[in-house]
Amino acid sequence: MTTTIAEAKHWPPEGLTRVPYWLYSDRDTYDEEQTRIFQGPTWNFLCLEAELQGPSTYRRATLGAMPVVVTRDAAGELHAFENRCAHRGSLLVLNDSGSARDIVCVYHNWSYDLSGNLTGVAFRKGLGGKGGMPAQCRPEQHGPRQLRIATLNGLVFGTLSRDTPSLEHYLGPDIVSRIRRVMRAPVKLLGGYSQTLPSNWKLYMENVKDSYHASLLHTFFTTFRLNRLSQKGGIVVSESGGHHVSYSLAADTGGREYEQAGMRAAQEGFGLEAPQLLEAVDEFGDGVGLQILSVFPTFVLQQTRNSLAVRRLVPQGLEKTELAWTCFGFTSDDEAMTERRLRQANLIGPAGYISMEDGAAPGFVQRAVGTAPDLVSVVEMGGASVASEDNRVTEAAVRGFWKAYRGLMGL
Amino acid sequence: MNIELHLKIQNLNARYAQAIDDNRLEAWPDFFTENGRYRVTTAENVERSLPLGMIYATSRAMLRDRVRSLRDANVYEAQRYRHVIGPALIEATEEGGTVAAQTSFIIARIMHTGETTLFATGRYQDRIVFDDGGARFAEKTVILDSRLIDTLLALPL
Repeated sequence: MTTTIAEAKHWPPEGLTRVPYWLYSDRDTYDEEQTRIFQGPTWNFLCLEAELQGPSTYRRATLGAMPVVVTRDAAGELHAFENRCAHRGSLLVLNDSGSARDIVCVYHNWSYDLSGNLTGVAFRKGLGGKGGMPAQCRPEQHGPRQLRIATLNGLVFGTLSRDTPSLEHYLGPDIVSRIRRVMRAPVKLLGGYSQTLPSNWKLYMENVKDSYHASLLHTFFTTFRLNRLSQKGGIVVSESGGHHVSYSLAADTGGREYEQAGMRAAQEGFGLEAPQLLEAVDEFGDGVGLQILSVFPTFVLQQTRNSLAVRRLVPQGLEKTELAWTCFGFTSDDEAMTERRLRQANLIGPAGYISMEDGAAPGFVQRAVGTAPDLVSVVEMGGASVASEDNRVTEAAVRGFWKAYRGLMGL
Repeated sequence: MNIELHLKIQNLNARYAQAIDDNRLEAWPDFFTENGRYRVTTAENVERSLPLGMIYATSRAMLRDRVRSLRDANVYEAQRYRHVIGPALIEATEEGGTVAAQTSFIIARIMHTGETTLFATGRYQDRIVFDDGGARFAEKTVILDSRLIDTLLALPL
């Protein structure tokens, strides 16, 4: 007997080890996520501070699907508000970024300061005593919703809810320290690009938190016999379940071991002809070669050797999500370090040796489960725990995501 | 106008596109010099003078590695491209005969399902050298008009 989504909409009795498929194809759920999660008590990554250089600048961002403007005012202070005019609801800012002393809606020239306060209504008093707005009308009361902002080592987060705890409390000490580990100096932007993922946003976040798939789906390292060098690792799951870190050690702190191993494998008919692609330095001094960190709901901070990036997810509908990458180094980098980061960027992004599959895998699930809303996935690697572990053959961080999700969605 | 030079570049571009579109990826690195550079980036990065690429190679060996990875390691659904490459605009002829040229392209992607989409548009910013072996790219920068790639970028552009 087939079951419709309406009949299937409950959580399976097994708890976090089962995830129902209707979650990826239910329109009401998508809409509810916008209010309960993205506009709810969560901190959402907006941009890097380095993306707003100088006073009186702005850039577009999103809070889930909600368009947002992030600004740096004349005094250098950051603000964020909904990208929606108080008047007729038009987008206020159309350009991706720029500099401006105020924000003027193109539709009817209503103007705002860089905090998002309505400061001017064109022809408010009419012309020659005719037309205009009644004196008692208060359009200011319909202004764009203003976000609270918090920054952590160059990362800018925003929240709409008054109930969201402080950013550091939201993240917890383990996540904060691992963010600080990477964001250790002023950022220098290296560039960016985006991917359109043919899937629901949650499928990509599950992929990010799934440390189990790494060596199985991404066979670049194993095919070229490079994996033996990075074995030890583990995961950290935050108290809330919603944030995680997956890390592994790289034994090749000088880069030479990789090169030698690459050569050796090359002589056996495997390995890279040009292993300098992977030549890395232990810039954080702890031997960790890979650290993937996520913050609920949709932020990813990535260190793949010396390739550093932030990723933002923008839900664009039930089955369409934009994944935006911004790669960076530090202002203290010398030319050799920048070159190293650019070379290692071959590992990441839509064409990345170890990440191109992640653009497609969530879509493979999306295509298969749409006709199975009453069925469930099996998320039981590592048992049912949502705790930190000293290995990566576990789905604890995936379960953690659903723990946080269920809490906010009331499921 | 040096018609012979234009024809040589047109021929190089046509053969380059055909090798990729015919799935002869192993022939792709040979369109470059030994230390040839290949980079895929976006117009946005170029306009902002940001150096990041989606693909960045500085030798034929690195291109061969990418082909082997596409053949043996990476997982992606079967697909083909169809390149349409416009006429080259010759921008400069350097000392030693290296030619800087810019060429527009559009690339359709044909998935195994039959789904055909306009996958990429942009321009090639090339430096081409001519020797006994024919014309080769000393440098090829693929500047995509859009910052957005649908799903993934597997085959070279």
